[in-house]
Amino acid sequence: MTADLTSLTAAELAAAVAAGEVSATEVARAHLDKIAAVDDRVRAFLHVSADVALAAARAVDARRAAGEPLGPLAGVPVAVKDVYTTADMPTTCGSRILDGWLPPYESTVTRRLRGAGAIPLGKTNMDEFAMGSSTENSAFGPSRNPWDLARVPGGSSGGSSAAVAAFEAPLAIGTDTGGSIRQPAAVCGIVGAKPTYGGSSRYGVVAFASSLDTPGPLARTVLDAALLHEAMSGHDPCDSTSIDAPVPPVVAAARQADVAGLRVGVVTELGGEGYQPGVLSRFGEAVELLESLGAKVVEVSCPHFAYALPAYYLIAPSECSSNLARFDGMRYGLRAGDDGTRSAEEVMSLTRGEGFGAEVKRRIMLGTYALSSGYYDAYYGKAQQVRTLVIHDFEAAFEQADVLVSPATPTTAFRIGERADDPMAMYLADLCTIPSNLAGNAALSVPCGLAPDDGLPVGLQVMAPVLGDDRMYRVAAAVEAALVTRWGHPLLAQAPGLTSAAAEARSASDD
Amino acid sequence: MSSITREEVAHLAHLARLSLADSELDHLSAQLDVIIAAVARVQEVAAEGIPPTSHAVPLTNVFRPDETTPCLSAEAALAGAPAVEDQRFRVPRILAED
Amino acid sequence: MTETTPRLAGFTDAVARYDPVIGLETHVELGTRSKMFCGCPAVFGAAPNTQVCPVCLGLPGSLPVTNAAAIEYTIRIGLALNCSIARWCRFARKNYFYPDMPKNFQISQYDEPLCTDGWLDVTVHAEDAPPRQVRVEIERVHLEEDTGKSQHVGGSTGRIHGAEYSLVDYNRAGIPLVEIVTKPVAGTGELAPEAARAYVTELRDLLRALGVSGVRMERGELRCDVNVSLSPKGSDRWGLRTETKNVNSLRSVERAVRYEIERQTAVLDAGQRVTQETRHFQEASGTTTAGRSKEEAQDYRYFPEPDLVPIAPAPEWVERLRASLPELPSARRARLQAQWQLSDLDMAALANAGALDLVAETVAAGATPADARKWWLGELRQRANTAGIELAELAVTPAQVARVSALVASGALNDKLARQVLDGVLAGEGSPDEVVAARGLAVVSDDAALLAAVDQAIADNPDVAGKIRSGKIAAVGVLVGAAIKATRGQADAARVRELILERLS
Repeated sequence: MTADLTSLTAAELAAAVAAGEVSATEVARAHLDKIAAVDDRVRAFLHVSADVALAAARAVDARRAAGEPLGPLAGVPVAVKDVYTTADMPTTCGSRILDGWLPPYESTVTRRLRGAGAIPLGKTNMDEFAMGSSTENSAFGPSRNPWDLARVPGGSSGGSSAAVAAFEAPLAIGTDTGGSIRQPAAVCGIVGAKPTYGGSSRYGVVAFASSLDTPGPLARTVLDAALLHEAMSGHDPCDSTSIDAPVPPVVAAARQADVAGLRVGVVTELGGEGYQPGVLSRFGEAVELLESLGAKVVEVSCPHFAYALPAYYLIAPSECSSNLARFDGMRYGLRAGDDGTRSAEEVMSLTRGEGFGAEVKRRIMLGTYALSSGYYDAYYGKAQQVRTLVIHDFEAAFEQADVLVSPATPTTAFRIGERADDPMAMYLADLCTIPSNLAGNAALSVPCGLAPDDGLPVGLQVMAPVLGDDRMYRVAAAVEAALVTRWGHPLLAQAPGLTSAAAEARSASDD
Repeated sequence: MSSITREEVAHLAHLARLSLADSELDHLSAQLDVIIAAVARVQEVAAEGIPPTSHAVPLTNVFRPDETTPCLSAEAALAGAPAVEDQRFRVPRILAED
Repeated sequence: MTETTPRLAGFTDAVARYDPVIGLETHVELGTRSKMFCGCPAVFGAAPNTQVCPVCLGLPGSLPVTNAAAIEYTIRIGLALNCSIARWCRFARKNYFYPDMPKNFQISQYDEPLCTDGWLDVTVHAEDAPPRQVRVEIERVHLEEDTGKSQHVGGSTGRIHGAEYSLVDYNRAGIPLVEIVTKPVAGTGELAPEAARAYVTELRDLLRALGVSGVRMERGELRCDVNVSLSPKGSDRWGLRTETKNVNSLRSVERAVRYEIERQTAVLDAGQRVTQETRHFQEASGTTTAGRSKEEAQDYRYFPEPDLVPIAPAPEWVERLRASLPELPSARRARLQAQWQLSDLDMAALANAGALDLVAETVAAGATPADARKWWLGELRQRANTAGIELAELAVTPAQVARVSALVASGALNDKLARQVLDGVLAGEGSPDEVVAARGLAVVSDDAALLAAVDQAIADNPDVAGKIRSGKIAAVGVLVGAAIKATRGQADAARVRELILERLS
């Protein structure tokens, strides 16, 4: 019974709980058991909060028993990236500098999810302060890709992605600043979406790059992602950058799942050299599939996308150098070197030197450089101009097409350690995802197969205009339905190890 | 031709209040040199008259009314503090005058 | 690093050879109900760290949201200072590390202030000189958030030097702060110290009239930094300027400017260059001391605040605010001067004595302008001088002065008795009527009582009485004086005179 529950989708679980077929407590227990069974290998979670989960589940069961109305996600477990402040669970952001910090307040997104009846299972691993594409920058060690435990699950929302791909949770939330939801979703074979910037509240999301950070959903199906997207999104007066408009009808679009007559634009600049051949071939097939489903495929050129990566690696570090200045050991978190003789300035430096990892230090210094007087115009200022040009490229492209497509990331999951000493190689993972962060428009990744060269998941990125989030769900759902029909099963059924029934039996006998 | 010297990197580390060991400084300098050269590509773009974008989704005039809302208790505010005295955050001696 | 006490030049000598150029940066704490970017109360004097929240504590994940009233107040200040109001502007981050700043950056405005290019006309009064009109041009008015407050522990003076550690209270962090920066003001010459003081005074009065701040300098609601540089007379080269902080009263503004002029003159006279630096005003000695020397000027790495969206005040709204501005102090003074029909010199005398508002309120309470001025500039100013305090600090209210004036006008008191009544009020014995009753100070007009005194006076002075009987009316003064003395000064002199003449006719 336990194994069955963890293989259900969020939609199925919500329906079952609402119908009384299963209790929220049983669902929560099943997932906590699954975590206990596999997370020593997947290492998706930094903190598992069984007490909180079971208490929330009991509350849902009590509501149901009392005949009170249930929220849309009532009883559905969700894994929470450790970048969200939670009042009853630690929030570390994958960093030593916040090790053990218990926030005195709750993020808007997690508060809304709890209000919708979702069951938070715990906090998931991430690259430190959301900087990275593999979780190797986590101070607490990397998470593992359930498809191959020697490979990365992507990042920075790698823990959330691995948790969903390993069936530890049907839903997870992450944040996407340069691709940090879409890329891990792609390499783990699940769905991950970046809503329109401002579509979901950043209040309580520890800031990396304020003008780029976007909270978003991860799930195993497009419909599940849409359900989560809707539940977590919407205007928040506590976030000045949040959009005061209704959430686009993403759930309806996911159910609509058709692309007949839609114009699909293939972005010329997001392909070619530097892309793994197996990724490109699966992507090409996905485009053909769209055409066979009735979409009209066109080539669009976005010439400034070639400069998006360097622009991003100026804007994001600049904002983060400022956002992370508050971590200085004076008010919370780690304080190092305070021996009673040192000055505040020295203690700040020692605390940050000890508490931050290498990538964080690199980006803080890069950002400090880019904002320095004398360099501002040539670096930060120039990058913001490139940003304008990228926005113009999108505007022009969306005149020619209703959605744009590309691979989600140039390669499949790389091996742990493979790029750890080569920051530039690591940054290339964001090549396809960054433009949408700069422009703020919506984008998602949906699985489109396994790369023929290594048998690892490939993600199709679908991009929609600002506030056109529903469009990408419509396209993604159509692709998903067609592929599941073609394969006879969802992609994840092909995952070795943890997710196959044989692995379940193996781990059961190991206990 | 390096895009940034070790001395400049040490200066940045000081500006950013990051204490670095010498070996760390060497390592980071080499990496930053490569990265800065790479991001400098943005200067190749002809951007005469192109306004910079600071907010991708343009909004203006987002305000809140001048009303009070509940505060944290002092206990909650100080809960995570490394050192507390007299209901205040105790910090090491400050050198710089503001 | 301690400075040896510098040799100063005499002030008169200094301004004979150098032209001072002054500038003022004033920070004003707005009197909004809540803080600039969060809903914590903006109150003074609460227990430490009880008026804080995730936003003003800068906790990870917190976000600012702009207080609409703060924008409104700032625009009104800009309009009152004749500034242009930005059509579109943004907040910016000013990045530096300091424990009283929770985020280690301050949300402020950099190259896009809300208000620019205004002016404030100031009348500078000096001893033995006619008042001078100075137009102080305003460079900018912008909005930012205040920092927390640190208390330095362990040193001998409670100041930073020698302290062992500090204790930080963030109640003040996030309170809206308006920064008003003047353009450099040249040409005030020997009146530079008074001009600086007059500007801050006028600005303070203007802010009070707008109702945007309590402007209590002793509470830090109005803080000044004073910039001074010297230009050799006849040269159009401007000197390097110093910025003096910690100037906490109007008097300190004047003293700080005066001291800097003298100190910089001595430096230049010795053939050295003035160091462009931040200095601190020392209240006790009236001097300025060098701040800790920094290796490099601060690079604040300003960039537009990404967590806030731009402000674009609607032109119709700005015009509504302009139309609803209250009467500003300069306009009010002009109106009162016309109403009271005073010369410029008389108005200046009122301003100099700090009596303008007191007189106005006394008139509002029913006294004539002439009477109000007479009491405040005469008797009361004497009392204040004797006690070494300002007029406004006397323990008597304009309403009470108006009452005394009314009693004199009605004949219930004469001037001498009135002075005694004021003594009683100042001594805390109660209201004028209460003092009159308690001390029995009313003018006696009861004929029966007066006749007793009159008859006594006549009986005591038979020769004088005889003179009067024989027609020498002028001699009546002696008998009037004697009778009044007998009534301890409380007799109505005119009535006494009448009674004496009746008796002796």
